[in-house]
Amino acid sequence: MSAIAPTVRSTSPRAAVLRAEARLFRREPGTLFWILGFPPLLLVILGSIPSFRKADAGLGGLRIIDLYVPILVLVALIVTGLQTMPPIITGYRERGILRRMSATPVKPSALLTAQMGLNGSAAIVSALVCLAFGRIAFDVQLPKQAAGYALALLLAAAAAFALGALVSALARTAKIATAIGSAVFFPSMFCAGVWLPVQSMPHVLRTIVELTPFGAAARALGQAATGDWPSWSHLGVLAVWAVLLSAAAAKWFRWE
Amino acid sequence: MPAGWSFGEAQYMTTNRPIVEVGNLRKSYGGRAVVDDLSFTVDEGEIFGILGPNGAGKTTTVECVEGLRVPDSGLVRVAGLDPVADHAAVTQVLGAQLQESELQAKLTVREALELYAALYPNPADWRPLAERLGLTDQLTSRFGVLSGGQKQRLFIALALIGNPRVVVLDELTTGLDPRARRDTWEVVEDVRARGVTVLLVTHFMEEAQRLCDRIAVIDKGKITALDTPQGLISRTAGSTVISFTPSAPLDDVDLAGLPALASIEQKDGRITLGGTDETVTAVLSLLARHRITAHQLRVTDATLDDAFLDLTGANS
Repeated sequence: MSAIAPTVRSTSPRAAVLRAEARLFRREPGTLFWILGFPPLLLVILGSIPSFRKADAGLGGLRIIDLYVPILVLVALIVTGLQTMPPIITGYRERGILRRMSATPVKPSALLTAQMGLNGSAAIVSALVCLAFGRIAFDVQLPKQAAGYALALLLAAAAAFALGALVSALARTAKIATAIGSAVFFPSMFCAGVWLPVQSMPHVLRTIVELTPFGAAARALGQAATGDWPSWSHLGVLAVWAVLLSAAAAKWFRWE
Repeated sequence: MPAGWSFGEAQYMTTNRPIVEVGNLRKSYGGRAVVDDLSFTVDEGEIFGILGPNGAGKTTTVECVEGLRVPDSGLVRVAGLDPVADHAAVTQVLGAQLQESELQAKLTVREALELYAALYPNPADWRPLAERLGLTDQLTSRFGVLSGGQKQRLFIALALIGNPRVVVLDELTTGLDPRARRDTWEVVEDVRARGVTVLLVTHFMEEAQRLCDRIAVIDKGKITALDTPQGLISRTAGSTVISFTPSAPLDDVDLAGLPALASIEQKDGRITLGGTDETVTAVLSLLARHRITAHQLRVTDATLDDAFLDLTGANS
């Protein structure tokens, strides 16, 4: 009450939440490795295979390593969206952390936006590291159609995080979120072309994969990397997925 | 001495001005009435207890007061505000310690205090608050490694950090060892001494009896009694218990004729009587008249335990 000296508030509530979550994010070295270390490491391993560095007439004169840079950019998004974020958010709900924040003047959505912002930023840093490694170590050209690349990346991020949010909404516990996240993780990696680039897939498989969010994203990024504006059909598939998955996540998400 | 949490100087004073009002509150889940037409008011400056068996609707009631649940019907006001419609305003006058809520495991005590202070427009200085709650040595410890008592003290600090006028403490000492429980009780008394109204949910009789000015006993979503702890006890049939071993047999008729007698029991030559102060006086004069000595004479007041079992008797 009046006897308690009020202190001057130095930071806005949402900024304080973001700062605290950023600190916690930095305290998870395992998570940081998977986001920031794993995709560039995979790029280095793939780039070390000599045949991946030879131009292939079947790929329009591109090398396999050229195809893999956009794929590994997507891997960073998949890791953050499906592996890192869902168990954190579900855990916050499971352990009453969201509820505790509901009893303060700040809405618990501040925690979700902070987490999305942090995971999104980490994924983008990882993507930039992959682009830089590709350029420096393996002479992979930077995306020629930069605006198209950025747009495709943005839509892919929206779809990846919406998918992660849906996993958080459906899983009751952090353990279940991890399990569902992993179950979706491998098909997503496949669609992104980690085992076989989408361009090299047989026709029927490719048509199907291009209708999935990460298949469409891989194609759109690939096109932008080589200088074309990404096809609107791929961008459209991504946008539809992002909207549908976000709507489903919003519908089923529970704060407690 | 810094202005701040210098507990113990200001004396608590109830103003008889209600700060929490609950009228005809109802809440059901899946057709089952969890809170069934509940009404009470909490005066500014008092420690008001909500006591009841598990599943009685205690937590649901205070969650409606906190604005975390929307009542099916009825009126809830905190400092004149609607906790649902004016949620943001209510969170500034009401601090809450929730049942079964945690913090991020790797957040330190200091970071938690700083974070929660930043969420309020006029926060208390967390340093004296942490000091008074005995958290100074834990400031750099992460939430995940704190003991149960330390966690609860941190949650009390977080409930107070926005300088609220009311705090809701829900099952504050559940899971604490007796020592930590007693320490926590002292903290609650100190909080009230600063003029903060306390709404305390508990199922521990001893806790309610020690801390509360008034207690609402809730059973199956309804208030079965609302009184001071002493008032609740004195309602109990046989609120005073007299037991002794007489040096010579007593006449049953004489015993049965004692005033205000609620119960009588004889076992192995020992007599146990339930009654009131009047019964005690009458027993003593009866013994004197017959020149009988009472060995191992004990006169004890019934506890809130007895009163509680009486009030929620339908449950047993």
